[in-house]
Amino acid sequence: MFEEFKTKAEGVSAEVHRFGSAEEALGFLVDFMAKEGVAEQEGQYGVMADCPFLSSVDRAVLEGVEGLSFDLSRDRAAKALVGISQVDWAMADTGTLVQDATAIDKRLVSTLPTIHVALIATSGLRADMPSVLAEADPQTANYIAMITGPSRTADIERVLTIGVHGPERLVIVFIDELGGIN
Amino acid sequence: MQKEFKQSIDRALHNANLTGALGKFSEAYKVNRAKAYEGIDFEALRTTIADLKGDAASHIDELCDLFQKNAEAKGTKVFRANDPEKVREYILKVARENGVKSIVKSKSMATEEIHLNPYLEKAGIEVNETDLGEWIIQLAGQTPSHMVMPAIHMTKEEVSDIFSKEVDERLSSDIPRLVKVARNEMRPKFLRADMGISGGNIAVAETGSVALVTNEGNARMVTTLPKIHIAVVGVEKLVEKFSSIAPILKALPRSATAQLLTSYVTIVSGPTPTDDGGMKELHVILMDNHRSDMAADPLFKEALQCIRCASCLNVCPIFRLVGGHVFGKVYTGGIGTILTAWHDELKSSEDIQGLCIQCGACKDVCPGKIDIPGLIMEIRRRLVKDKGMSMVQKSIFTVVNNRRVFHGMLRAASVAGKPFTKGTKFIRHLPMFLADLTDGRSLPAIAAKPFRDIFPTIEQPKGLQEKAVFYAGCLIDFAYPEMGEALVKILNKGGVEVLFPEGQTCCGAPARYNGAYETAAGNAVDNIDALLAEEADYVVSACPTCTVALDHEFIATFESLGRKKYLPKARELAAKTMDFSTLVKKLVDEGRLTLKEGEQLGKITYHDSCHLKRTLKADQPPRELLTKAGYEVTEMFECDICCGMGGSYTVKLPEISAPILQRKLKNIKDTEAPVVAMDCPGCVMQIRGGMDQDGAGVDVRHTVELIAKQIVGSLE
Ligand code: SF4
Ligand code: SF4
Repeated sequence: MFEEFKTKAEGVSAEVHRFGSAEEALGFLVDFMAKEGVAEQEGQYGVMADCPFLSSVDRAVLEGVEGLSFDLSRDRAAKALVGISQVDWAMADTGTLVQDATAIDKRLVSTLPTIHVALIATSGLRADMPSVLAEADPQTANYIAMITGPSRTADIERVLTIGVHGPERLVIVFIDELGGIN
Repeated sequence: MQKEFKQSIDRALHNANLTGALGKFSEAYKVNRAKAYEGIDFEALRTTIADLKGDAASHIDELCDLFQKNAEAKGTKVFRANDPEKVREYILKVARENGVKSIVKSKSMATEEIHLNPYLEKAGIEVNETDLGEWIIQLAGQTPSHMVMPAIHMTKEEVSDIFSKEVDERLSSDIPRLVKVARNEMRPKFLRADMGISGGNIAVAETGSVALVTNEGNARMVTTLPKIHIAVVGVEKLVEKFSSIAPILKALPRSATAQLLTSYVTIVSGPTPTDDGGMKELHVILMDNHRSDMAADPLFKEALQCIRCASCLNVCPIFRLVGGHVFGKVYTGGIGTILTAWHDELKSSEDIQGLCIQCGACKDVCPGKIDIPGLIMEIRRRLVKDKGMSMVQKSIFTVVNNRRVFHGMLRAASVAGKPFTKGTKFIRHLPMFLADLTDGRSLPAIAAKPFRDIFPTIEQPKGLQEKAVFYAGCLIDFAYPEMGEALVKILNKGGVEVLFPEGQTCCGAPARYNGAYETAAGNAVDNIDALLAEEADYVVSACPTCTVALDHEFIATFESLGRKKYLPKARELAAKTMDFSTLVKKLVDEGRLTLKEGEQLGKITYHDSCHLKRTLKADQPPRELLTKAGYEVTEMFECDICCGMGGSYTVKLPEISAPILQRKLKNIKDTEAPVVAMDCPGCVMQIRGGMDQDGAGVDVRHTVELIAKQIVGSLE
């Protein structure tokens, strides 16, 4: 299923990574932010929404990253380069991520920054939308978000262009041994 | 037809950007759509969607109640309104109560339908469309030309001009750069907006949820950043179950933009926290605006199965020539014609319904399984019923309804037409009601001797095992009797005796396609009586339009008119009816008819007649017959796109019919095949006439003529 997901997600310009443990994923995140130049500077901020991943790793490592904040305002998110959040499910047949995004922070970090990094427990992988809809509960989740690749448009002369209002890049990080909700 | 309407068509046809963009898009769309649906059983999927939406349409009130109950339980404010005025007032009231100064909107047809933006702007509120296409249109002061791609008619140069004015800086027409400009311009608008307005692609009654589908991410911001969110949802978007989201979203992106799924799907099921620690105010407006009236109409209820994917526009040979603006300000294309007739009034669709050439291409791809051309025909019928026909039409159909007079006139036409034919098979002008059909096409001469006079002179072998009643139809009877002769010869060889009841007359299609159902019913009765009078195994026709009349439309006409008496006989006739190629293929398969072996007849290309392919689903038998006969079938580009004939369409809208024909001729010529075959005498008339004027020298033939030469025992 993972391979199918990867093919489909990459088909819509998402970047897909997979790690065995939360520590490895943490290492990736830190390197990634360094590489992209996350810093305490407008347009270069990193923002991260609260998520189970944070309790599986040494939070201090992330807190040590300059420019990355957990305390969110819409303005900070709007001026951020990288937004990080954890999502709940993935749908293999379309390469889609699904998230109970009722908490506003999850949405701010995934809509406003230029790059969205989505963490997901590999156990959250499902075959398709019917399987996810069977588990997602609209009674408790007032905002269910599905994300397939970065923001795109073809409104000018039908030319596909990435990154209109939402992120220009979607970086997906699968973690096999994350524990947590799934 | 209104003069302004004709002018708008003219403008569209001369807008090279528009026709170029739409033409290119429609070609790419076909390929991409097929790819997106790979491995998916489309028929099963659309049956699921049609069933669940059809079921919802039968229970609109209950579903509205259920939605309201469940949504309110979650803290959503639900407002139900029939009237667009009420919807506008409600939104303004909410805005006023909350001191709203600026609004961001994500794309919503429902708000277009009620002309919300100008109303709010007049009240002094800033309204910003945030979908890129919608924003371009808004800045340009235009209306959308396509339901999914509102600005498809504009070039990047036009967009850069508009944006340049907006940002007060000369911009290049580099598309990624223009998109960046939009992103930067929109951001502050999103961040300062006090209210977000969206539509809704699906509304789920059992959970009070609204699902939104976008690619740009603007709906996520519209529903996240402002403190108030109002979703305006047409009640046809209601479904009962949460699980119904999956099949609809399996089809919608694939059909709309050939994507497996759009970048974003947002399912809002109640108020959510805002970033200042408060809670969002969520309003859902369930808008009826005549949708319940549609649901109460046994025929039009089906139109509520629409999921607004716009694929009916993308495959429509007319839409791709004229674009959306010709159709009016809101809904466009085939389904738009139907929606305009209801949301506005029947009269508003008077001109635009005439744009449909009844090719059926849209019906084939509609994920809501809506018989779009059928419903447009019904609009036509009701218009005629309400308003009556023009005097000219009336006199024509009075003639058509009286076989003796009608056939008498056709015979007279053969004499009158003679001086113009100059010994060729073409005349430039046909007398009487086919007059004016000239642009880019020569017309056949009325035959000196109609098939009905030739038939008694044909000697058929004795003791043949089966019998077929031949229904010739006007074109074969009076213009192409040689096709009828060829058919008799072939069937005889296959052991079938051909009967030709004299009482047969026009199949009623011309009347029906003009909304004159009473005339069509009269034709149907005459034909049923004539064709069933003789004992036979089959009723065969070599004209797909006639075959469809016999097989489907007699029944449909009686049903529309509520005439039950003739239905059993109409069904009996339908059960016996077969198109020429299917019957001959059957005879060949059964070993009763043998085609000459080992012939090498060279390249041929095949044009699919709309009715044969889409209503009768018989696109393969003629190809198989031609291949068996020794032709090498080379498919042309867009082999199944209409040739622009469509009966009287060529008279009413020659400016549209002509470019469609030209495109067809080009596609035929591009194959470099010296012969093009087809199964419809109407298409032969259109394409042969076009080729004659074009001078390309491609031989245009009915399959019956080609097969007749290749049966064992034939001397030619
Ligand atoms: S009528 Fe059918 S094809 Fe047209 S928009 Fe509606 S669902 Fe799509
Ligand atoms: S039947 Fe053909 S012409 Fe009519 S709306 Fe559908 S695609 Fe267009």
